[in-house]
Amino acid sequence: MITVNGKTRDHANGLDLPALLGEAGVDLGARGIAVAVNGTVVPRARWAERAVADGDAIEIVKVLQGG
Amino acid sequence: MAEDLFRIAGKAFTSRLFLGTAGYPNQQVFLDSLAASGAQVVTVSIRRVDMEGGAEGILDLVRDRAWLLPNTAGCATVKDAVLTAQLAREALDTNWIKLELIGDRETLYPDVEQLVTAAAQLVDDGFAVLPYCTDDPIVCRRLADVGCAAVMPLGSPIGTGLGILNPYNIEMICSRSTVPVILDAGVGTASDAALAMELGCDAVLLNTAVSKSTDPVRMAAAMGHAVAGGRLARLAGRIPKRTRAEASSPELGLIGG
Repeated sequence: MITVNGKTRDHANGLDLPALLGEAGVDLGARGIAVAVNGTVVPRARWAERAVADGDAIEIVKVLQGG
Repeated sequence: MAEDLFRIAGKAFTSRLFLGTAGYPNQQVFLDSLAASGAQVVTVSIRRVDMEGGAEGILDLVRDRAWLLPNTAGCATVKDAVLTAQLAREALDTNWIKLELIGDRETLYPDVEQLVTAAAQLVDDGFAVLPYCTDDPIVCRRLADVGCAAVMPLGSPIGTGLGILNPYNIEMICSRSTVPVILDAGVGTASDAALAMELGCDAVLLNTAVSKSTDPVRMAAAMGHAVAGGRLARLAGRIPKRTRAEASSPELGLIGG
């Protein structure tokens, strides 16, 4: 099991961040997206090499309106 | 008159108004408000991607129009605020962060103990930290001492429009601060923003007062004028207050005298 934005889910072996982002509907080329795994930011340049492992907690965020 | 630049964290701005991007009737009203306000800095938030998808266009709207100041709005722990700041830095390629650490969701008051801790961590991590804080001169001093780029005391609780509840504290903070003071939260109308500047604030950050007004574009223009006018009045130096009248017209040569 992994946790993505606070929700637990199953994951297939070999899942990596780009695939997960794709599943989440994130355009990999879009600006203003950031990802953290287990409380540490994974820079965009390293998304492709970051495999997702059992127990990982992943946060995928974007920029929204704010005050 | 010489150009009166507002300098903060290595940047210089001609406008002293920071504008929030939330709660406008639609994107065009926001864009027109931004233009009317003259603001050169806008705030944005960082939120989980909606797993259903659905792209938001705020970043594309503002990135060529203003300097972006991401916030940690809604964070209630040091850990969440620090990670949100780090995610904002990655998402926006900026080391600026408006640090919000909320003590409870009803008052939205800053938790100052956690705020100072988080500010110190973020400064050590290379951020230009702009903390939203209480109107407490000691808290402001501690935030400056840990290396914040500015302090942002509240005028009154977020979204209330009650204006500056304690102008004496705001003036005291301004007179003692070693870093820029930006009044953040509570502005309801133009006179509140002007008062902040007259009390000595370096800038004003507001959102709801414009976005939820009846005519946001007109209110945005009013805020731009108010901040500029208040700044000029501060620089000009107001007259001392007196308790007795003093005639302004010459007292000699009155007819019938």
